[in-house]
Amino acid sequence: MQLVDQAKVKSKMQTRLAQNKILKGIFFGATMLALVVLVILLYRIFTQGIGYLNLEFFQNFASRFPEKAGIKAAFFGTLWMMAVIAPVALTIGVGTAIYLEEYAKKNKFTTFIQINISNLAGVPSIVFGLLGLTVFVRMLEMGRSVLAGGLTMSLLILPIIVVAAQEAVRSVPKELREASYAMGATKWQTIKKVVLPAAIPGILTGGILALSRAIGETAPLLMIGALTFVAYLPENFLSGFTVMPIQIFNWTSRPQTEFHDVAAAGIIVLLAMLLIMNSIAVLIRNKFSKRL
Amino acid sequence: MQSSVRQMIKDKKEKNQSRAKFMEKLVPGLLLLCAIISVLTTLGIVFTLIVETITFFNHVSIIEFFTNKDWYPFFGDNPDYGIWPLISGTLMITGIAMLVAIPLGLAAAIYLSEYASDSVRRIIKPILEVLAGIPTIVYGFFALTFVTPVLQNIIPSLPIFNALSPGIVVGIMIIPMVASLSEDAMSSVPNAIREGALGLGATRFEVAVKVVLPAALSGIIASFVLAISRAIGETMIVTVAGGATPKLTLDVTESIQTMTSYIVQVSLGDAGYGTTIYYSIYAVGMTLFLFTLIMNLIAQYISRRFREEY
Repeated sequence: MQLVDQAKVKSKMQTRLAQNKILKGIFFGATMLALVVLVILLYRIFTQGIGYLNLEFFQNFASRFPEKAGIKAAFFGTLWMMAVIAPVALTIGVGTAIYLEEYAKKNKFTTFIQINISNLAGVPSIVFGLLGLTVFVRMLEMGRSVLAGGLTMSLLILPIIVVAAQEAVRSVPKELREASYAMGATKWQTIKKVVLPAAIPGILTGGILALSRAIGETAPLLMIGALTFVAYLPENFLSGFTVMPIQIFNWTSRPQTEFHDVAAAGIIVLLAMLLIMNSIAVLIRNKFSKRL
Repeated sequence: MQSSVRQMIKDKKEKNQSRAKFMEKLVPGLLLLCAIISVLTTLGIVFTLIVETITFFNHVSIIEFFTNKDWYPFFGDNPDYGIWPLISGTLMITGIAMLVAIPLGLAAAIYLSEYASDSVRRIIKPILEVLAGIPTIVYGFFALTFVTPVLQNIIPSLPIFNALSPGIVVGIMIIPMVASLSEDAMSSVPNAIREGALGLGATRFEVAVKVVLPAALSGIIASFVLAISRAIGETMIVTVAGGATPKLTLDVTESIQTMTSYIVQVSLGDAGYGTTIYYSIYAVGMTLFLFTLIMNLIAQYISRRFREEY
């Protein structure tokens, strides 16, 4: 008596193996599609924008004529924004992380802060724009300034920095802290001289990635009222300003296709800047990741 | 002489200790202050939205806001403020985006977690990260100058501004998010379970679909919900490529307006401070905020409630 029908098993096995192979191909194709999109996107932008990318592009202000349009005001506006965002967001973010990891007791209030931070990360950026418009621009009367924009963006990227810094602080081995206490150091001395130096690569990596998120954001700054046609550089933190994404948005939304090429040139500059920042972050991560 | 050195050391130590003690008291307070800023931000958002929305409802009745089927705030004497066209525009973009992002994102996650070798994963994951790091304005530019013309070749009647093109591009933008969150969920399924199924003679595909997917389902669904929330809040792509025509429609080839692109439209125009139009952006922002908040809470609930513990 034959318990197993070999022929049936064989044919079933073949279909199952074929199914496995076909679906593996489909899954691989879906993954590759993302790569293809990235290549098309970069290729399109480079071929469109490269013609406008020259020295004058960096020296000229916005203009009605595509061949005279430049990114100078937006480029320096972005640098000014970074000068506000980096210190503000890093200080508050790292402070919050140290508080939560080192000082906070495990109680309801701490859980509340933690849940609050993860919810804040999910709030659409344009809602932060509404907050900035109401609180910084109107209530605190900063006007449509670099400072108002920078503070709004700092709040926007705060959750990212807090989470990154928390992870960095948490990954410092307990032995280091205990050794420091054993030498008679107080808690703050331990944090300042032992924990923070050990956590700084992680904090910097997270901070740079958050900052690169901030300089690519457009919507909140449109709400704040960053200007779309600026022919001067910011002089102080209360000056009006524009940033690269907004300048790109302005060029993109013009009907003349020449301006689309100018926008592509602007995008190349923006992407190059993001690439540089991300490379620095990766370098820091690789350089320090093997210590401890 | 000897005693004075000892004295000096003692003095120095005392001075240092009092400073250390002072810092020990001061620092936790300062750090708490930092932590409270994030709470204040949330309170600020909620408070701002509520106060200005109430002001808006003093100008326009809340009943009109929810029952009127037209949104024509710029109609001089007789403006219409019915939120539905903006909601339908937003949901249409979200729907198209999910049709793109969920199958592709999930397929990529299955490939990365179940099929790919370590070296392949090391190449593909950074590429997905790059895709996730591209600013949304760049995607908007891509939608308007590449995807729309390509779609116009397929559908000749397609206008320049339509829902389809930004919907697809929002979906592409979200693929990395769905892929990496789902992959995290699937990678955390223990290998022993996989090996058990493989040992019983299952193919890799059967392991992925019948063993790993069910075990990681809570994390995967949570990633979908977060992706929906992200699509609802997406601003620049729809502003650049979606048009500014609020209407209740199911036709994806028409120009529409989302909640986010309405807010941008008003802030770009010159609706003065204190006008009804100015306050309307807060009412729309409130609606948007509630939508995304509910989605985020659902995602958190799912991943906590239905998590399979191993």
